Amino acid sequence: MSVLVFADSSEGKFKKSAFEVVSYGKKVAEQLGSKVVTLSINGGDASELYAYGAEKVIEVKEDSLSTFNAKAYASIIQQTADAQNSNVVIIDSSIDGLFVAPMVAVALEAGYASNVVALPSSTEPFTVKRKAFSNKAFSNTVISTDKKVIGLAKNSFGAHENSVSGSTESFSATLPELGVSSTSVERASGKVTIADADIVVSAGRGLKGPENWGMIEELAEVLGAATACSKPVSDLGWRPHGEHVGQTGKPVASNLYIAIGISGAIQHLAGINASKVKVVINTDADAPFFKAADYGIVGDAFEVVPQLVEKLKAFKQS
Amino acid sequence: MKILVCISHVPDTTSKINFTDNDTKFDTNGVQFVINPYDEFSLTRAMWFKEKQGATVTVVNVGNATTEPTLRKALAIGADDAIRVNAEATDGLFVAKQLAEIVKNGGFDLVLAGRESIDYNGGMVPGMLASLLDFNFVNGCVGMEVEGTNASLSREIDGGEESLSTSLPLVVAGQKGIVEEKDLRIPNMRGIMMARKKPLNVVEPVGVDAATSTQSFEKPAPKGAVKLVDNVDDLINLLHTEAKVI
Repeated sequence: MSVLVFADSSEGKFKKSAFEVVSYGKKVAEQLGSKVVTLSINGGDASELYAYGAEKVIEVKEDSLSTFNAKAYASIIQQTADAQNSNVVIIDSSIDGLFVAPMVAVALEAGYASNVVALPSSTEPFTVKRKAFSNKAFSNTVISTDKKVIGLAKNSFGAHENSVSGSTESFSATLPELGVSSTSVERASGKVTIADADIVVSAGRGLKGPENWGMIEELAEVLGAATACSKPVSDLGWRPHGEHVGQTGKPVASNLYIAIGISGAIQHLAGINASKVKVVINTDADAPFFKAADYGIVGDAFEVVPQLVEKLKAFKQS
Repeated sequence: MKILVCISHVPDTTSKINFTDNDTKFDTNGVQFVINPYDEFSLTRAMWFKEKQGATVTVVNVGNATTEPTLRKALAIGADDAIRVNAEATDGLFVAKQLAEIVKNGGFDLVLAGRESIDYNGGMVPGMLASLLDFNFVNGCVGMEVEGTNASLSREIDGGEESLSTSLPLVVAGQKGIVEEKDLRIPNMRGIMMARKKPLNVVEPVGVDAATSTQSFEKPAPKGAVKLVDNVDDLINLLHTEAKVI
């Protein structure tokens, strides 16, 4: 028996989430008294995974998969799980992870729990805690099948260094017919993406117009943060739709979320509740967001944000 | 084109979330139920295919009789007929297996659903359904066209979008972008009147063992009050020393 972890990568580099799932998989394997095996498909240098406890790395190199293909990835994960006699498969709950994991579950006839936030509270019955009701509650979910697929929520466990002397094996999986082919990929280059960001700086209608976003971008740059916005802002066309966070926009699970000039509608909060620390800057002391925030400044964004930029620059240099 | 739109019956976003029976059951008391917002995007896209390309649109839900008003609302928006699989939706695999039967028996070639439901947030039913049927599958779809049996779609990826080509039969899990929020349909009086006469067929479930179950629910620990600070120096200090996030 083994625990199989899928370490996702993009353009030949492991994603940050890969180190988190390996750290998590290592602990689950310890709980079960079994070994952890890590799968990398066109990934980076396996030694980066050893640093987080990956003793055995299975490498699949496949030129035809230069971009992610869910069906092919699901098939490779299933074939690896079969070859490694894995009874637990761990995949992150990123956009691609949520695409591939249900297909893996069907292929392995496994029960699947997505958006899991903690180590199993029990292995018999196998019980995991997962997010539910748009982050307003958790469900303690029992997976009752022999094989299990766990989708780990981002930033819920963290990456923990645990260096081992690992080994790498290559594996040639049989590829299925792809069914869906990628024709082009458009990515904003040089910007921190909301999914990867540890810090997200988000602004709302309180900014009064798109011409005022310079200071938000400056703040994001100082912090190495991604920029985001509330729904009305993207509806008004002030910012691209890809920046809209909230119930129907992108979910955010960053370590720090700074909301500027956003009142905090329940739909917005549903999308950002998974963030660990929330800071609110708003002129209206009664804005509902203050109830959800950890820290707040009641003040005008046009005064507070430039000061914050200057002081943070000084702080970063000190 | 025969389109099936999967509709989840979920508590309205603004609902207070409470549990009963020792925190094992969701408390529906006083809760307003709606069409799952992600499914609504996909339903609206299906209406577009119906009006512009002559598709037929069936909506389906796995649930007991209490979900029928949600299906009637989908009919009022313009779906041609509705199916209710008469079973409590116990877990994602159970629902996917029920839906697979409906797709096979109904000869649907395009299945539209939402990226996830806003109650259990599993995000698993569309992918499981596609795998069970061996249909092509696109998740997190933010744009879609179908010509004949060819489909071109775009999906959200980290930091951007990917364009894809595929063919029917196909399962698509949509989100905002497959249509825009301003284009969502609100049932009008004529639609509501017509919906009453449209067929809503109830079928019995196939026997399936659930793969997962909820042992209990819990709510996040109550959050302490916000710490209000007067100046940015204090804020930076707290974020550095107390919250340890910068």
